[in-house]
Amino acid sequence: MLRIPCPVCGLRDETEFTYGADATLRRPDMEETDPGVWHDYVFIRDNPQGRHKEYWHHVSGCRQWILVERDTLTHEIFGSSLVREVAA
Amino acid sequence: MTARRLLGGGRIDRSRQITVQFDGRSFLAHPGDTLASALLAGGQKILGRSFKYHRPRGLVAAGVEETNALVHLRDGERHEPNAQATMVEAFDGLRSTPQNAWPSLQFDFGAINGLLSRFFGAGFYYKTFIGPFSGTKFWMFCEGFIRQAAGMGRATTLADPDQYEKINAFCDVLIVGAGPAGIAAALAAGRKGDNVILVEQDRDLGGSLLSEPVGSPSDGWLAQARAELDDLPNIRVLTRTTAFGAYDCEVFGLVERVQDHVLAPERGKPRQRYWVVRTSRAVLATGAIERPMVFAGNDMPGVMLTSAVRSYLNRYAVLAGERIVVATNNDSAYTAAVELAKSGAKVTICDIRKEIPAQLGANAKSAGIDLRPAHAVLKVTGCKGVKAAYLVPVSSQGKATGGSVRVACDIVAMSGGWAPTLHLWSQRFGKPIYSEGLDTFLPLAEKGAFTCVGSLVGSASLRDALQQGHKAGGGTGKEPALFGHADFWGRNLLPVTVVTKADGGTPGKAFVDFQHDVKLADIDQAYREGYVSIEHLKRYTTSGMAADQGKTSNLNALARMAELRGLAIPNVGTTTFRPPYTPVTIGAIVAHDHGLHLRPTRLSTIHDWHTENGAEMMDAGLWLRPWYYPENGESITEAYVREAIHVREHVGIVDVSTLGKIAVQGPDAAEFLNRVYVNGFKTLPVGRLRYGIMLREDGFVFDDGATARIGEYDYFMSTTTANAAKVLARAEYLLQTAWRDLKVHVTSVTDQWAAIAVAGPKSRRVLTDVTSADLSREVLPNNHFTYVTIGDVPCRLHRMSFSGELAYEIYIPAKSGRKVWEALIAAGPPHNLKPYGLEAMGALRIEKGHIAGSEIEGRTTMKDLGLEGFASSKKPFVGSVLRKRPVLEDPKRPSLVGLEIIGNQGATAGSLLFAMNAPAKGHGEGWVSSTTYSPALKKNIALALLSRGPERFGETIQVVDFVGNQTLHAKVVSHHFFDPEGHRQNG
Repeated sequence: MLRIPCPVCGLRDETEFTYGADATLRRPDMEETDPGVWHDYVFIRDNPQGRHKEYWHHVSGCRQWILVERDTLTHEIFGSSLVREVAA
Repeated sequence: MTARRLLGGGRIDRSRQITVQFDGRSFLAHPGDTLASALLAGGQKILGRSFKYHRPRGLVAAGVEETNALVHLRDGERHEPNAQATMVEAFDGLRSTPQNAWPSLQFDFGAINGLLSRFFGAGFYYKTFIGPFSGTKFWMFCEGFIRQAAGMGRATTLADPDQYEKINAFCDVLIVGAGPAGIAAALAAGRKGDNVILVEQDRDLGGSLLSEPVGSPSDGWLAQARAELDDLPNIRVLTRTTAFGAYDCEVFGLVERVQDHVLAPERGKPRQRYWVVRTSRAVLATGAIERPMVFAGNDMPGVMLTSAVRSYLNRYAVLAGERIVVATNNDSAYTAAVELAKSGAKVTICDIRKEIPAQLGANAKSAGIDLRPAHAVLKVTGCKGVKAAYLVPVSSQGKATGGSVRVACDIVAMSGGWAPTLHLWSQRFGKPIYSEGLDTFLPLAEKGAFTCVGSLVGSASLRDALQQGHKAGGGTGKEPALFGHADFWGRNLLPVTVVTKADGGTPGKAFVDFQHDVKLADIDQAYREGYVSIEHLKRYTTSGMAADQGKTSNLNALARMAELRGLAIPNVGTTTFRPPYTPVTIGAIVAHDHGLHLRPTRLSTIHDWHTENGAEMMDAGLWLRPWYYPENGESITEAYVREAIHVREHVGIVDVSTLGKIAVQGPDAAEFLNRVYVNGFKTLPVGRLRYGIMLREDGFVFDDGATARIGEYDYFMSTTTANAAKVLARAEYLLQTAWRDLKVHVTSVTDQWAAIAVAGPKSRRVLTDVTSADLSREVLPNNHFTYVTIGDVPCRLHRMSFSGELAYEIYIPAKSGRKVWEALIAAGPPHNLKPYGLEAMGALRIEKGHIAGSEIEGRTTMKDLGLEGFASSKKPFVGSVLRKRPVLEDPKRPSLVGLEIIGNQGATAGSLLFAMNAPAKGHGEGWVSSTTYSPALKKNIALALLSRGPERFGETIQVVDFVGNQTLHAKVVSHHFFDPEGHRQNG
């Protein structure tokens, strides 16, 4: 089980969170009409080994979406921040 | 074997005598005994029969590594299989029976398998049932027979009467293993104020020190240490507790056997307790397990690990035999040999090494031991126990170099070196590191938040182990008391454990894995057949599987494969350890989370009225909802048909409090809704509500529901019951990540509002009665809402219909839900108002062709569901681009239709659809999604998704339920079965 630091609630069990999405992807603008762009956003994922940025939802806690930096190989977690406070 | 209890010594309470039973016999024991030590003292040689060959087996070990002595414990509902006799504390009245033996332990018919062993070698299961017999009845016949013959204990089918509990804990340091190193670590950490949890699987603290003779210098240290551990309030000591799993982020799983050592748990106490411990750092002091030697007949009852023979002698005061041959390749066996000789046994040591440290040789000689360097046990003979060992001179590779000498004996004690108990470390970090000198795998002493100490890292002496523990605990300055000798670890080890004839063969079966009956020859065979990877070897031969997970066998199997491949051991690799270290009962992990405690139950605030008035309830996700309200013993069908007719003719009320409700608030709320719904929301005026559809990013339908505009910046969104949480999470995701510029808050208000739907031609009259408001069509048309008071409860009244009748939804502050419901019931009689349940609601919506969860099931698009018209072409919305993917525009996609079933039988949801002239094979042209008897149409109808559906109105098709073996015929029609123009709901 992972222990994830929530910027609001502190260090909490993984079971309080839901994994959301790859945080390195940027959702296309609403005005985007190119199906290729949307296809890549929705379906294409890298599967990196090592440090990676992920969105997690503290769904059983403060309900904030947080950005977690995690090593996909060792599960080491380097830190987290509120997504809405991260520069876009 | 003539084992006996010595008159003095041992760490048992001789002042009390207890009785344990095994195989119908009674054995006298003392508190402090294990079942194993009691049986050994009582002369019980055979404790079980082996897995495949049903060979008689006796004790090998004295601890957690025991691989043979698996027994059934207790009877009836507390019956428990695969208990290690070495780990079961003796208590008065303990009943145990052998397993895997028929008709008896002494005479087992299954032993015939031993004669057929050439057919039961490695890969037996795989080979026998491929080719002509694969998948045949013959295969199944044989499988049943084999499963009967093979295997371990039998589980009970009775419900477990005991309680188990789960507990969470946090600490600064978790120390696993309370041997000398672990205790030293705990004391050091405790003294400096750390919050410490010290875990010990044994009943007593002390680890290897408990196997030192009573009166050893270590006893004083141990007594002092125990007292200090008791005194330090920041140390929690958990005995009878096994740390079975080390997980990411320093989370550990422990199981505490709270009441396993008594006949039945005391009232109010759990049988076992499952701990989840989160720690900042961990000190592993888990010790090491001795390696067996591999020679012919090494599984004979009476062939034991030297460390076990020593434990039985010193801890339990049981001398395992009178004439003992010690077979070793290292120094660690000598202390035991000398102690055994001093206790009266006639001891012979055969040591594979030619050169033996002078001091050890002298010690042995002065104890009267017959010491034979460069000798090994080639073979053991006997029938149901060791009778003799055949000693041969051997080369430094373990091959016989001369003729054998028969030495009569009743115990052969093996010491092939040591294997650290590195399971937890490996679970966490993967592959351990091979140590040439110790001929074994070791963990890294420091890695991440883990520190390994003591025998686990091959500490050279007890002094070193204590020092390592002290340092790992954070101790500085004052060192722990230093004392004593230590030759516990296999120093000066010659890395040879396999003893063969000069030609490399063994004169009889030589076992590597006792528990799974894997012979040296099986490893050789796996090698010949190409299963040379250590992971393949494990699966092909099953070596290292089963309850003991190769605690004694892994290294020997590995060493043999390395030898066959001509590689060094580290190049062959080792298997990865996974939790659990020892078997954990499901009961402990489940604890209280079963039955009604498995998950929360959500109840509407009107719930009690439903149950008080005879409603049958049904599960809907976490919710309990009224299913139907039977009158005069009606069946479910009779009840829902009556309720549905009643709604169409009079008026009914249904509790819809479970609908998801989300407050969407903020200056950009309209823009937000406009993006998440396919239809336009910017123009929705205050006081109005609108049905909306949401898509997923990939263009499939996600959810639907109505949203009301309460105020300028204040919207009230409803979602389906099932998707409430998902819609909220999705809204939060979009607002907090991609749409951070939108000033909108979304808040779940599901629990804050009760909701009641009032449906039927008389609904307006009922509501007018209870509200005294003007609810005429002109004042409150469809898709409008207003504020009313029912009794003294202020409510919001939405006019909208799911049933197709003139209908309203009342939103009520949750605490007043029942009050309003009862007000409606009270006002009901003049209008013939009745409650209706989920089943009738379903029938009504299917008659109307309204979609629900069975249609919005993740594979359907708006186009598939005939909802294309809702999509705005003037704005982008979530999913607006990808819903136009060519594959989703394919006209052959199954689309929503209605089915009128021909005949009296209703269709089952999930049935597949086939054209009349097509064979009913494969996936068909679509499927039935929802089905009901329609009281309004007086026929069985269904909603279905059918390829090119809307083009096929009037066609008759086959409706095939392959599971229920039923074929029906149905006419394809529009899914708007009833009142397609909507005259009734707009009335």
